[in-house]
Amino acid sequence: MLAALVVSWIALPGRALLLNEIAILALFALSLDLILGYAGIVSLGHAAFFGFGAYAAALFAKLAMPDPWIGMGVAIAASAALGALTSVLILRGSDLTRLMVTLGVAAILYELANKFDGLTGGADGLQGVVMGPLVTPFGRFDFDIEGRVAYAYSLFVLIVALLAARQVVHSPLGVSLQALRDNRLRVASIGLSVNARLVAVYVFAAALAGAAGALVAQTSGFASLDLFDFHRSADVMLVLVIGGTGYLYGGLFGAIVFKLLHDVISAWTPQYWNFWMGLFLVALMLVGRERLLSPRQWWRKVPQ
Amino acid sequence: MLTLLFDGVAYGMLLFLLAVGLAVTLGLMNFINLAHGAFAMVGGYAMVLMMERLHIPFLATLPLAFLVTAALGAICERLLYRPMYSKPHLDQVLFSIGLVLMATTGVDYVIGSQQQPVNIPPWLQGRFDFAAVGVGKYRLLIIVICGLLAVALQAALTRTRFGSRLRAAVDDARVAQGLGINVNRVFLLTFAVGSGLAGLGGALGAEVLGLDPSFPLKFMIYFLVVVSVGGTTTITGPMAAALLLGIADVAGKYYVPKLGSFIVYTLMIVILLARPQGLFVRKGVGR
Repeated sequence: MLAALVVSWIALPGRALLLNEIAILALFALSLDLILGYAGIVSLGHAAFFGFGAYAAALFAKLAMPDPWIGMGVAIAASAALGALTSVLILRGSDLTRLMVTLGVAAILYELANKFDGLTGGADGLQGVVMGPLVTPFGRFDFDIEGRVAYAYSLFVLIVALLAARQVVHSPLGVSLQALRDNRLRVASIGLSVNARLVAVYVFAAALAGAAGALVAQTSGFASLDLFDFHRSADVMLVLVIGGTGYLYGGLFGAIVFKLLHDVISAWTPQYWNFWMGLFLVALMLVGRERLLSPRQWWRKVPQ
Repeated sequence: MLTLLFDGVAYGMLLFLLAVGLAVTLGLMNFINLAHGAFAMVGGYAMVLMMERLHIPFLATLPLAFLVTAALGAICERLLYRPMYSKPHLDQVLFSIGLVLMATTGVDYVIGSQQQPVNIPPWLQGRFDFAAVGVGKYRLLIIVICGLLAVALQAALTRTRFGSRLRAAVDDARVAQGLGINVNRVFLLTFAVGSGLAGLGGALGAEVLGLDPSFPLKFMIYFLVVVSVGGTTTITGPMAAALLLGIADVAGKYYVPKLGSFIVYTLMIVILLARPQGLFVRKGVGR
């Protein structure tokens, strides 16, 4: 799988921009998968961390120093801190309360980014971000207009994140998270701290989402309010559902399918592609999402 | 100051009317319906189109908007929503987001993305002073209509046979079913009425809130705030939450316009932190 991604860099040089978007979306979906698929927290505001990471990276590059690696580190640290801060909010209440609170956090950040326009550029977005060259053991590379360097960079971050997430998921922490998703009371009664585990995975997921956001800002040299918008959170959820939740490569497959679909449909009907997306979602949910990738089961009855 | 309070109350009443149907859906079937705003939008468009194309007077379009959306709600409930009740919350959320996307782009395609003009009759425009309070005539109408409806709803819920069936089904759908109450039909009716009320709210509020295809997304968070803060087991809970939200929003935007909706969201998060089940929870209803 990872090899296929590396091959795509060599084989498809002309589509590097699209591939770059796919890699970033896959990283974002991976981070949502950790809290949704593994820990079972329904979040409608995951774009909060995405946008926060993007603004952190863009501001750091603009005001402090333009090195991408350090900027990435700063963005990850900043979103992880935000994740730690807001993780208190997701520990209590029902699904609806969590939905509301996560939505609220994203909305607050949107308003803040909009109103502090001296720092963030407000509704015009943060412009004039110039990234420095990418320093690697193989030499220094400038971000080019075709996005090949950008794609290699995003791909590298995505692979590191995938490996890190695999470590986490197969560690005792990851296993206990899945147990917690299935039955919270039992996990608590065998003496594991539910809250500490939720906070840990939430912070980790926030860090990954921040990394995805930083990639957007660094590879496009631009950060806008749109990054905090509701449709970002909804899109990434859709990506994850297409690929399959609770499955590490789900986000990756989902991102590929989603972006290709987006590309095809919006070339055909640019303004109304949302309609087909909505139709697809409704139909998918009525059929049952776990059956999308196994056509064999499409006509079987749902086991009750 | 008092004028501001008055506007806040009108806004809150409107939010209550829009969100009350959602409270019932959520409380009765434990279904998270993010597409509720789409019904409100349909009501608003029904009113505008009836006034523009068929030249029906404004007041007559209001009950018609109610009927149109109620019928639409009933059809959607029977065909689309019912299979979703037993699914996990994640599926419900995605399903209703899908509906919202379809509704917004559908309206965009058929009618266009521009803001719809609302021509309320001249006798409802302007404002008069009553004991130093500037009273907008249209807002007064909103308060009167919403107030009457709230009282009627409360009475229907507590005094009628249908109301007691509904409350029984909310408390424990299985036992209610066992006692011979047709829970499915109770729910179909409630869903239709809830959608109809949202449609009426959308029609009434088109002048105040604006009406364009992004309406369901723009106000989704407000409806959800009303329901999650107010709780889903009573009428008075969402009512109080809606009034609080309306006043806080109007006052916040007036006194500190720089912060915008910031105040409302912060308030919501603080309240939900302190009372995760909402402000008004009936004791003994275990969920």
